[in-house]
Amino acid sequence: MSAPARTPAGAPGSLTGPGSGGVGDDAARPDGTLKVRGEFAYGSDLWMEDMLWGVTLRSPHPYARIRSIDVGPALAVPGVKAVLTSDDVPGEKVYGLELADQPVLAVDVVRYQGEPVALVAADHPETARAAAARIVVDYEVWEPVTDAITALGHPHWNQVHDGTARVTELSRESAHLHPEGNLVRHLKVRTGDPAPTADVVVVNTYEVGMQDQAFLGPESGLAVPAEDGGVELYVATQWLHVDQRQICSALSLPPEQVRLTLAGVGGAFGGREDLSMHVHACLLALRTGKPVKMSYNREESFFGHVHRHPATMRYEHGATRDGDLVYVKAEIYFDGGAYASSTPAVVGNGGTMGIGPYVVPNVHVDCYGAYTNNPPCGAMRGFGSVQTAFAYESQMDALAAELGMDPVELRCRNAMEQGSKAITGQVIDSPAPVVELLRRLEAMPLPGAAPDDLRHMPGGVSNTTHGEGVRRGIGYAVSYKNVAFSEGFDDYSTARVRLEVVGGEPTVTVHTAAAEVGQGLVTVEQQIARTELGVDRVVVAPKDTQVGSAGSTSASRQTYVTGGAVKAACEAVRGRVLERAAATTGRPVGELRLFDGAVVADGLELPLAELLGDDAVEETLEWRHRPTEAIDPETGQGFAHVQYAFSAHRAVVDVDTELGLVKVVEMACTQDVGKAINPQAVVGQIQGGTAQGLGLAVMEEILIKDGRVQNPSFTDYLIPTILDMPPMRIEILEYADPHAPYGLRGVGEAPNISSGPAVLAAIRQATGLPLTRVPVRPEHLTGT
Amino acid sequence: MRFLQPTTWAEALEARATHPDAVAIAGGTDVMVGINFGRLRPPLLLDLTRVGELQEWSVDGGDVRLGAGVPYARVITELGDRLPGLAMASRTIGSPQIRNRGTVGGNLATASPAGDAHPALLAADAEVEVASVRGTRRIPVTDFYTGVKRSALAPDELIAAVRIRPPAGPQQYSKIGTRNAMVIAVAAFGLALHPDRGVVGTGIGSAAPTPRRATAAEEFAAEELSGLWESRGELPAATAVRFGELVATAAAPIDDVRGTAAYRVHALSVMARRALTWAWAEYRTAKES
Ligand SMILES: Cc1cc2nc3c(=O)[nH]c(=O)nc-3n(C[C@H](O)[C@H](O)[C@H](O)COP(=O)(O)OP(=O)(O)OC[C@H]3O[C@@H](n4cnc5c(N)ncnc54)[C@H](O)[C@@H]3O)c2cc1C
Repeated sequence: MSAPARTPAGAPGSLTGPGSGGVGDDAARPDGTLKVRGEFAYGSDLWMEDMLWGVTLRSPHPYARIRSIDVGPALAVPGVKAVLTSDDVPGEKVYGLELADQPVLAVDVVRYQGEPVALVAADHPETARAAAARIVVDYEVWEPVTDAITALGHPHWNQVHDGTARVTELSRESAHLHPEGNLVRHLKVRTGDPAPTADVVVVNTYEVGMQDQAFLGPESGLAVPAEDGGVELYVATQWLHVDQRQICSALSLPPEQVRLTLAGVGGAFGGREDLSMHVHACLLALRTGKPVKMSYNREESFFGHVHRHPATMRYEHGATRDGDLVYVKAEIYFDGGAYASSTPAVVGNGGTMGIGPYVVPNVHVDCYGAYTNNPPCGAMRGFGSVQTAFAYESQMDALAAELGMDPVELRCRNAMEQGSKAITGQVIDSPAPVVELLRRLEAMPLPGAAPDDLRHMPGGVSNTTHGEGVRRGIGYAVSYKNVAFSEGFDDYSTARVRLEVVGGEPTVTVHTAAAEVGQGLVTVEQQIARTELGVDRVVVAPKDTQVGSAGSTSASRQTYVTGGAVKAACEAVRGRVLERAAATTGRPVGELRLFDGAVVADGLELPLAELLGDDAVEETLEWRHRPTEAIDPETGQGFAHVQYAFSAHRAVVDVDTELGLVKVVEMACTQDVGKAINPQAVVGQIQGGTAQGLGLAVMEEILIKDGRVQNPSFTDYLIPTILDMPPMRIEILEYADPHAPYGLRGVGEAPNISSGPAVLAAIRQATGLPLTRVPVRPEHLTGT
Repeated sequence: MRFLQPTTWAEALEARATHPDAVAIAGGTDVMVGINFGRLRPPLLLDLTRVGELQEWSVDGGDVRLGAGVPYARVITELGDRLPGLAMASRTIGSPQIRNRGTVGGNLATASPAGDAHPALLAADAEVEVASVRGTRRIPVTDFYTGVKRSALAPDELIAAVRIRPPAGPQQYSKIGTRNAMVIAVAAFGLALHPDRGVVGTGIGSAAPTPRRATAAEEFAAEELSGLWESRGELPAATAVRFGELVATAAAPIDDVRGTAAYRVHALSVMARRALTWAWAEYRTAKES
């Protein structure tokens, strides 16, 4: 592999950081000081003297045929170096995470507003943008398909219940977005009695709007053409190797010639799992022979990544008079938008986890993912579970109300525990402390009345109430989420660990391709190395494709899987070092340990500097969690998931019931994390996940009308501010999962799942309204 | 893009007159957004931040004369007592960064129906002092807004200041947004009691093509309260309710991504009812001046 000829400014360096601290300590982030001081280079800071700027021309239509594209007027603009369309893609013209169905650049048809159609490289971004505007695309505009149920030709629920169910044919020729039809995946779960009955039945339909990841560092990267005809790509992403695979296929280049390095990532939350500017920048760089930078602005970012699937869900819960769940029937529709992205996995989670952490003997779930002409939807923190949790937790509250039972009581009565069977038939073979999570929440003190200060009122300093119309509500919700990749996926990570003496000081270098997206994996890598090798100084090498795949930074999996790989590689290094020490000292290996930069045993302290001299001990290995298996296509039964994470929230809200404004007063969270590798980082994940869930409950939604995004900016796509996010009470439980390294459980997603439903339940209690759609808007609360 | 940076008011007016294609820039919190999005590509920017006269406020003939370039942060800290309504409105604007940069002059020139200064200025009967090389004139703020993002400012004029009579009675400002800070108004309402004149001033925002007064509500309140100014008697609840309803009837809102027309009308009636109730309660307990 040839090294890049030149390294751009803003390329990542090794991280050492100030810190010390092993597993279980609040170790400081190695990149923390840089970030706080504003010195950390993000993808948008990448720079090379002679670089060009690439821009993307996107479709203004949600659905249209491209009759012709005339790039001539753009090429004529002085300063323009290249204009490319799908004809210029040398390899496969489509890509995708799970199914290759998304064009690198539109081929004949555009299927969503914002679909990339052409690329321009120029010596200035203004020039490139002006030139892109001159490309003439002749579109034959088609009517978009904008509803998942309609796209599948399924009857809407009102039709189901008003008359005979009948699957209708799509009326228009253009209605099939893809040759195989509009169904991406249909997952079925069937257990117990197919026609169960119960004393008490509640049926409701729920809707979840389209949430955006709203990461603060928009998509950005720099492609540098290499002398070997390949390309170096510096990019802010979530999984370097899955990017590499797709880029290679589009460029028709072997992996050796497509080398990726992780640029500084400003948040991800799933939105960087799919490709954005990756192939585009490489195409332009290879065509022009110059480095090409592409950096989206906020508006383009809204069109440049997938969003959280909106969902429409109909749930029927049946229970005995005493409150034992008898059955659950659920029909879940996820709108996947124009391309598949992660829709199959979202359907997988939604279907297999979709009734929550409860034991139910009879289950009938149909979960669908559909193609429409809405923006493509894919990965976002907690996917599949975030949407369904709103439905199943609302159902538990509705059922409790129907039974005249306390909602927490009802949940505890039906809660899973270790040894319970999930609806997939899988036995939960590690702690599942659902009841304890809820009981601990209940036991926490409740916040007092709001202080007499506008900042604590609904509406804040906007001065809309001095207490008039304000009613308080309390809501509970609990969630569980599968950790890591499921359903038989070969889920592994690779770690290279090297121990050597640098300047007299024992130093460990950890090299993985695992994307640090802000969550603190770099800290965890250091902590594990310190604990396993007894060496304080741990360098985290830049994340790149010079080492094997680490898998994705998603599904709450990196601390588990890459953490597991780093641990295993450290153990291998330790084994070799101790053998060497045994040989030198004549003491048996079993007596020796690594501690504080030395090999120690009773009466022995052999400094590593002495033992290793100029030698380095290096090990690279792949590590896998225990395998999962595909589920049965007809019954949904199987060992689908490797681990579950559990969390619960209690929300306290004040609602101005007259104006429909909400102030979340307090969020309390309990979560079982198995083992808190870094307790401070765990708290950070819980706070962040809680805020993101709260956002979806009360404000965050990409509004779509006829396939068009109405609010692609932070002016109108609102995310919580510090006045919206209240203080939190957090209790962390540590019941070890015997199957996982250190007993840990993935942390990042669970709190994102239970937070929103708890807020919704609290608003419901404050207002007495049924509230079956999130985000809740003032209009829903005021009947306007 | 060229950049002019006058340091005196006379130079600024001269520059405005000679460069009709220049875009004035104060805090830049509207202008820079326009430039970033490519909506605005002026050949010339006329920077007003070095013009000392615009950065000052003074008391002049009984009025507060607020320089067009005084940022919201200073309105809040320096003028909370003299211009309570405007200070309350300023507190709702953007974030600390925006309040450090953004100015009332910029808000006026942009003349957005959602601008937060407008309802407070309308309620307080402010005047806008504008000037050009031709001279200076004062425009009652009610006449200032001529259409969606259009104002009575002539092409060769700049805004020098707003003039506001210090309050003879309590003022209130309320704004609806769908989060608790940093949000564009879904609907806003400004209220000023003028006990000296027996008048209740109003201003509504984000609920019509321009900021506007709720004239019928003002007339109703003047009538209902005419016997109460002196006695500082209790405000009948029904009066507050009716006042709210009349404020709502002055609105001509639309449905958009921020809210429905029906919600805006409803919210205005609630805000107006509450604002009058609060202001009157404060008036009753305030010492006679
Ligand atoms: C993140 C963000 C949040 C915001 N939140 C709010 C909000 O909550 N409420 C709200 O009302 N607004 C808000 N705004 C809009 C903006 O901050 C206000 O309109 C502000 O008052 C503009 O003042 P400025 O000094 O920055 O104006 P500039 O951007 O400098 O200028 C605005 C306009 O006024 C003209 N102009 C400026 N000074 C003069 C003058 N002396 N004479 C003649 N013309 C002049 C300019 O040419 C331009 O047309 C927000 C903006 C941003 C970016």
